[in-house]
Amino acid sequence: MTNIQKSGFQEAARKAFFQGGNGGQMQDTERVAVGALGLGLLILGLGGGAGRRLLVGGLGLGLTAVAVRGSNPLATAIKVEQNNAGQTLISEAVTVNKNAAELYAVWRDLDKLPNLMSHLQSVVVLSEKRSRWTVKAPLGSVSWEAEITADEPGKRLAWASLPGSSIDNNGEILFRPAPGGRGSEVVVRLKYRAPLGTAGVVAARIAGQEPAQQLRDDLMRFKREQELGFAPTTQGQSSGRTGSGRAGGAK
Amino acid sequence: MKAVLWQGTNHVSVETVPDPTLLLPSDAIVRVSSTAICGSDLHLLDGFIPSMEKGDILGHEFMGEVVEVGRDVKTLKVGDRVVIPFNIACGTCDYCQRGLFSACDNSNPNHRMAEALYGATSGGGLFGYSHLYGGYAGGQAQYVRVPFADVGGFKIETDLPDEQVLFLTDIFPTGYQAAENCNIVRGRDVVAVFGAGPVGQFAARSAQMLGAAKVIIVDRFPERLRLAAEAGIETINYEKEDVLIALKEATGGRGPDHVIDAVGLEAHGHGPGALLDTAQQKMKLTFDRITALRWAILSCAKGGTVSMPGVYGGLVDKLPLGAAFAKGLTFKMGQTHTHRYIRPLLAHIEAGDIDPSFVITHRAALADAPQLYKTFRDKHDGCIKVVLNPWGESAGEVKRA
Repeated sequence: MTNIQKSGFQEAARKAFFQGGNGGQMQDTERVAVGALGLGLLILGLGGGAGRRLLVGGLGLGLTAVAVRGSNPLATAIKVEQNNAGQTLISEAVTVNKNAAELYAVWRDLDKLPNLMSHLQSVVVLSEKRSRWTVKAPLGSVSWEAEITADEPGKRLAWASLPGSSIDNNGEILFRPAPGGRGSEVVVRLKYRAPLGTAGVVAARIAGQEPAQQLRDDLMRFKREQELGFAPTTQGQSSGRTGSGRAGGAK
Repeated sequence: MKAVLWQGTNHVSVETVPDPTLLLPSDAIVRVSSTAICGSDLHLLDGFIPSMEKGDILGHEFMGEVVEVGRDVKTLKVGDRVVIPFNIACGTCDYCQRGLFSACDNSNPNHRMAEALYGATSGGGLFGYSHLYGGYAGGQAQYVRVPFADVGGFKIETDLPDEQVLFLTDIFPTGYQAAENCNIVRGRDVVAVFGAGPVGQFAARSAQMLGAAKVIIVDRFPERLRLAAEAGIETINYEKEDVLIALKEATGGRGPDHVIDAVGLEAHGHGPGALLDTAQQKMKLTFDRITALRWAILSCAKGGTVSMPGVYGGLVDKLPLGAAFAKGLTFKMGQTHTHRYIRPLLAHIEAGDIDPSFVITHRAALADAPQLYKTFRDKHDGCIKVVLNPWGESAGEVKRA
């Protein structure tokens, strides 16, 4: 099999997993809510002076148009990828200078995952396939049960949340040899249904707390843990800022 | 300890700050014996490198004595005399293993910031050079923490004075890499260097060491041109002649086979392009002023190399890419992979092929840094290179030695 064919298959696998991305598609409830808000503002904009009419009416018109089109322009602008089912799609990859079997083994040890993923509070293995996941969230923590849906040792691991979970999500992690003896490419693909729909994703991304950003940080931490055994840091170094470094006089 | 701090655009100060401590088992603490101000520090002084914070300790050219090592440090011990490359490299990632130390995957804790600005993956950390490059405290101080000490600590085991080996930390390897990137054909190729500051001086002398048939240097300060001429380098003062015409004449109409832009983002120059750059930079419409780079591209011979050791920070405007394309030029650029040059260049110094202290014009105490940053930036008093002693007493106003 040639490399071109291979990468063609990989691209097809990505597409199949994500079922055709579709930027910023809003869920029905979100469209209704935004549309109602827009119409309300339009009505409010009918009264008052010229300035108020322009501002409030314009905003109302804009929101109504967003609801009619059914796509969130902010989500499109900051490239939130979603599919027709309203799930947010994330993928991230990192190359780690170790072989795939070793990396797979680290990942397969589910209850140790919180050491790798800073936003993960705990993973409790319930049975061979089932586990309970708890993540830090802006307000407290969120917990759900998940099931391993595919397990190909040294190559791939896939999982899905069980019906009725607070955050409906599924994903897979692939381990494949990097060309030229550079270790392994680790690819993570996630699909999740965000609380508050598209607006929630946009807000979280602006706050730097969206899973896509957390995933990038976590994969870099994983890489550095595997290659170095620690994370580089400047925490606690000396500087001329008050309250930095350790207190104390000259040596 | 005393340290030079960045306090905002145009403002550095020397203050007492906490001594550094080991933060990781692979760290070492070095008592700095000599440190220098680099031309690239002036980009920080002038506020052109994003993500500096008030109170950051500056400095990335320094050497000294190991006074403390973490428990994982294997090759260094207390008392070793070391030079430290300005880049911080982990030594284990794929880039480090291929000798691309400045591209280290693992040494920059602020990778996300760099990725957001510069694309897919970030460069490695640097000492004292903005949070984009890791936010590491620099070496214009009495002590410095050296991360990945086994990778970044190079022992000096001869009694060569500091002034002869200090520049192995940056400007000598930077000039050398710039010349090496030209793939000079011995006895045949002509190399032109734009900018006769410290890096330009080392680039020009490195081009000679690598066998260039002729080396030409371009600047506007007579003392810098004189310093180059002492080594048999031809000079062009761009305020006295038209650079492009002078370079054509010097090369029989072909143009230099390779050009080195040792100026970077704060080029002066003149003419409408330079004026427009300055205006746009002031209005934040462009980051970088590229007069030197434009001249380099326009003057270069067909099939030549444009080698860029000069620092660029952001976006540029009106780059003559059409000329570069028409002539089939090759561009080589980037932070220096300092680690790979230290031992071979130290061998050149030990053999007496070059004495890098030739660039030093000013020697002073660390306390005099604020004054000397400005003397250096404004090229007053014939200033080419400043070396600071972190333990010396301030002599008041500093004049060229």
